[in-house]
Amino acid sequence: MKHIYYLLIVLLLLQSAMLWANTTSSFTISDKPWDKGEALILNWNLPDGYDRLNLQKADSLMVYQDMELDEPLVSGFVDDNLDPDETYHYRLIAYNDALADSIFIEAQGQPKENWFYMHKLSFLLLFLILGSAIVFYVMAARRGKDFYIRRISGLDSMEEAIGRATEKGKPILFVPGISELDDIQTIASLSILGQLAQRAAEYNTEIIVPCRFAMVLSAAREVVKEAYLKAGRPDAYREDRIFYLTDDQFGYVAGIDGIIVREEPAANFFLGSFYAESLILAETGLSTGAIQTAGTANAHQLPFFVVSCDYTLIGEELFAASAYLSRDAQQVGSLKGHDFGKLLVILLIVVGIILEIAGQGWFKSFLMGAGS
Amino acid sequence: MKRNIPLILAFVSGLIVIFSEFIPHRPFSSIVDSLQEWFMIISGFAMLLGVMSLLRMNAAKVSTRSPDWQYHLIGIISFGLMVLMGALWGMEEQAGILGQGASISAWLGKKPFDYTYTHVFVPLSATLFSLLAFFIASAAYRAFIIRTLESNLLMIAAVIVILGRTGFGTMLTGWLPESYRFWHLPNLADYIMQYPNTAAQRAIMISAALGVIGSGLRIILGIERSYLGGDK
Repeated sequence: MKHIYYLLIVLLLLQSAMLWANTTSSFTISDKPWDKGEALILNWNLPDGYDRLNLQKADSLMVYQDMELDEPLVSGFVDDNLDPDETYHYRLIAYNDALADSIFIEAQGQPKENWFYMHKLSFLLLFLILGSAIVFYVMAARRGKDFYIRRISGLDSMEEAIGRATEKGKPILFVPGISELDDIQTIASLSILGQLAQRAAEYNTEIIVPCRFAMVLSAAREVVKEAYLKAGRPDAYREDRIFYLTDDQFGYVAGIDGIIVREEPAANFFLGSFYAESLILAETGLSTGAIQTAGTANAHQLPFFVVSCDYTLIGEELFAASAYLSRDAQQVGSLKGHDFGKLLVILLIVVGIILEIAGQGWFKSFLMGAGS
Repeated sequence: MKRNIPLILAFVSGLIVIFSEFIPHRPFSSIVDSLQEWFMIISGFAMLLGVMSLLRMNAAKVSTRSPDWQYHLIGIISFGLMVLMGALWGMEEQAGILGQGASISAWLGKKPFDYTYTHVFVPLSATLFSLLAFFIASAAYRAFIIRTLESNLLMIAAVIVILGRTGFGTMLTGWLPESYRFWHLPNLADYIMQYPNTAAQRAIMISAALGVIGSGLRIILGIERSYLGGDK
């Protein structure tokens, strides 16, 4: 009898605890971790029976304004686009229409800046591994280790193209893409321009460089001028052959097409970042019978160049071109670092496939930057 | 020294940009925006250099009566007209030296600058873009001539994708029973685009991304200097 009495007491306590849990409401605000201090996480727990809620945020005058929720009865919300270290005040009002009752809870929070984007941990690790590999191979090249790099026919053909232009007495056209100087493809393109201009200067062949942006124009002039100096032909350098056309994409294409048709260059180089204009340029060049070499890392434009040009630098070949042409040991060493990166990527893909088949999704999530 | 300062600047700027990719805390979170703003300011000033180059090049062609000098003259006149119209009456909501140009806008329906842009510049751009349709046809013709096994495969894949994207392709294989739905041309086209095509494109993109990292590191570490004009 005594045991039953105790059991009843325990059951009563349990029931009251559950009732308390169901009737207790909470509203917490916490800083979103691993971010720029621009977001707060708002969580709330409401007793059963509350069928409507209203979330409000205080403005600079401490007047509460309604916030829009995607779903009417969610239990959490992330408020973003906030300023770090500012204190934000929120108010949650929940309504129970059946009992004509409402709850009112206030809370405040302060977003804090963090020192690391945790969801980018995998990117950082990969970058460190790849960067270390490149530095390692560069150091090895510095110590005198000789590295083999495969032949890139598009770059080997450069001599042939310049030779042909020299024989025909026609100029060489070099288009450094349609992107600004902040695009790494444009930088890679200018690096190739330096090598090409030096050879053109040695052969006394004219080089035409139409530019889409004034910043590219300025850099291209400097690169070509330096190349002519290196070749010992500063007198042959003509600044007016490296010129600005227009910022407009199709205006630029029209200008280049005009040059191709009027001046009929013997060799055309389209190296850099290209978009919709790639085929228009390459087909116009093809119609004049010029030797054409193209290169871009924009995968969608590669088929157009492959069809219309004699040689095409695909993706990374554009970035490897400068090292390949200069034959500088350190630069060639860095290309070995690229190869190591490719091996690493292949390995990660194979491991990822095996783990996904085995139902282990954490590896893919980690590499894709989960946890943001 | 002349070469070292740009190299130091490239090294420091490169490191800041790399750090800011992983560190959300100030100053790294805001410094990249500042660097981009600086770039825009420098671009704005460099624009003047571009305009000078454009005018000088065209003026030289006109003054020396080089072949097709008339086109260069038209270029200079067009440039001058646009600058003049923009300066006198402004563009869109912005007023020019002569104000909003209400009377001329009422006559043309728009401000002269906007009118010329809409009725001359835009159609010219569209005309040039439309050339792409014809160039695609000629390029496709050359690409699909069967010479080798690869071009044969390319042509078969292209025919499937082209037909699969049209109603005619649906009609051609629509009679196949549901159990053979993979062989419906639209599904075959989707398969080619989703798997072999995406796989090949991703391979190119991954290798290009590695090239970007390598190039970036070469520039930051000062190994690659040809963008500065030379090695020494």
